[in-house]
Amino acid sequence: MTEPDITVRDLTMAYGDVVIQRDLTFTVNQGDIFIIMGGSGCGKSTLLRHMIGLKEPAHGDIHFSGESFWQADDETRVRLMRRCGVLFQSGALWSSMSLAENVGLPLHEYTELNDKQIQEVVSFKLALVGLAGFGDYYPSELSGGMQKRAGLARAMALDPDILFFDEPSAGLDPISSRHLDDLILELRDSLGATIVVVTHELASIFAIGNNSVFLDADTKTMLASGPPHAMLADCGIPVIQQFLRRGEVASVAP
Amino acid sequence: MTELRVTRPLEHTILVELIGHWRLQEHPPLMQDLVREFRSNPPAQFFRFNAQALESWDTGLITFLLRLQRICHRKHMTIDFSGLPQGAQRLIHLATVIPERQENMRLRAKEGRVFRLVTKAISTTDGAQDMVAFVGETFITFFRFLRGRAQYRQSDLALAIQECGAKALPIVTLISVLVGLILAFVGAVQLKQFGAQIYVANLVGLGMAREMGAMMTAVIMAGRTGAAFAAQLGTMRVNQEIDAFITMGISPMEFLVLPRMLALMLMMPLLCIYSDILGILGGAIVGVTMLDLGAAQYFYQTQEALTFTDFSVGIVKSVVFGVLVAIAGCLRGMQCGSSSAAVGLATTSAVVTGIVFIVVSDAILTVMYDILGV
Ligand SMILES: Nc1ncnc2c1ncn2[C@@H]1O[C@H](COP(=O)(O)OP(=O)(O)OP(=O)(O)O)[C@@H](O)[C@H]1O
Ligand SMILES: [Mg+2]
Repeated sequence: MTEPDITVRDLTMAYGDVVIQRDLTFTVNQGDIFIIMGGSGCGKSTLLRHMIGLKEPAHGDIHFSGESFWQADDETRVRLMRRCGVLFQSGALWSSMSLAENVGLPLHEYTELNDKQIQEVVSFKLALVGLAGFGDYYPSELSGGMQKRAGLARAMALDPDILFFDEPSAGLDPISSRHLDDLILELRDSLGATIVVVTHELASIFAIGNNSVFLDADTKTMLASGPPHAMLADCGIPVIQQFLRRGEVASVAP
Repeated sequence: MTELRVTRPLEHTILVELIGHWRLQEHPPLMQDLVREFRSNPPAQFFRFNAQALESWDTGLITFLLRLQRICHRKHMTIDFSGLPQGAQRLIHLATVIPERQENMRLRAKEGRVFRLVTKAISTTDGAQDMVAFVGETFITFFRFLRGRAQYRQSDLALAIQECGAKALPIVTLISVLVGLILAFVGAVQLKQFGAQIYVANLVGLGMAREMGAMMTAVIMAGRTGAAFAAQLGTMRVNQEIDAFITMGISPMEFLVLPRMLALMLMMPLLCIYSDILGILGGAIVGVTMLDLGAAQYFYQTQEALTFTDFSVGIVKSVVFGVLVAIAGCLRGMQCGSSSAAVGLATTSAVVTGIVFIVVSDAILTVMYDILGV
């Protein structure tokens, strides 16, 4: 259960000359629910883009099960990418396709299933995220939170080994976001997926996360990594304590 | 009234009294008294406020105070807001707790003219490189298609064909008939002088078949379809839909660009033939109504003048134009930045690039035909 799935080594991320984060080194183990935390604008989405291979690191590398991503040839990269399912911060549903087509497209491309079977899988995935019966809707006909959930269904379409969620619960009501937490736990437990989540929601962080990394915008590097509970209990860094306690600074033993 | 009174209750302290309505719409108070006081001796070290006569305030007061605070910071003076209304103090605190990020105001201010020129030159060559890379990728994709290994949806291709085929017919009809008319008019004025009106048929027929049919449809498609391609792909880029394709391991070149390119390649020759015929019809209208030629006579003359080669010359051109318009539209769409303004730019740029491509390639093809003797 604890063999490393994704290893980030000495990663430096930059847009042009502007460095966003440097010297990131951490490991995501198989079966982890790994939380990326940090203030708004500190580079969480950017880190995610690096981990899913959309943006090349300025320095450093990312390894999937020991296999380097950025040293690899194109074919390996496509293979590694296909192990991943991604939910983008904005949902990023294909706007010219209905929800059913959105979720069904990866199945069409990569499986031998026939149309009827695909339809069954699609309605199952949509039902999982509470969108049963919305298959014929187009993304523009949905609310923001519904688009988010549909994006989630698409990310899960191929039952990938690794799932990346960028702020899955932003824009959801408390009950839906609770439901989402349960879903994430269920995905890990039943499918054995590794899940990387960017989230600000403290309730989720403590409810689902068993490993995490904290990025800081001022020092431009990670301040800590490890299970969120342990961070709250042991970590003496004021920024992290503030973050994990919603800015209510508690008396912390150094 | 917005007023401020500056006094010195103590040697090192400036006291500012705020009077009246400090609102955005009121005229800004004069800073002169303050500036004079800053300069005077002995230099002040503390700054205090008295707001007893302040009647109302809004953001206007806060921005004034923040400006003052910056000046005091520079002069290493201590500024004390405690004399201000509670609300104003809290707002100032909120506005200053998170310090401005220094490096965010990066290079931009420092860029000199030379620097800008160099960046501009580099970005121009980069643009050319991107274009070559894109054309290369397009070819690879096309060969994958020929080998039957490209991933795309038939339904997308059908939709694109409908979009740039059937739906373009009305506008192509209108423009082609009018171009035929214009050619006939221009020719008629000259040829009438020699009593050679009948050769208007030759002029219009050859003009449409060899040149204008392909050219006009291509320009229409650049404005209509090329722009639409750029806008569609650009919006998909902005919404991260293209990233979503990449992470799924689906090549956007195959899935998005290929059907659009194929559709234009297939439809352009058909539109071109259609346009040729309508142009000749347009010429016939002028011939019959104004030059007193018989309709049968006109068409017979046209038939005599045109060979199959003339048509194929135009059709070959139209295929080339179709590819180029598709490349221009898709290239600009895929290059699109990540804002809605960028989509607008991409669209404009797609049309301009498309038309430049069309005219340049037309010139090259015409010279080549001339050398080949067709
Ligand atoms: N395309 C880009 N070009 C230049 N800078 C960018 C670009 N995208 C993001 N940035 C910068 O990178 C930094 C990190 O952005 P990112 O989107 O990763 O933040 P985030 O941690 O996901 O924030 P949030 O929690 O608000 O989503 C920001 O300071 C932003 O200004
Ligand atoms: Mg983000």
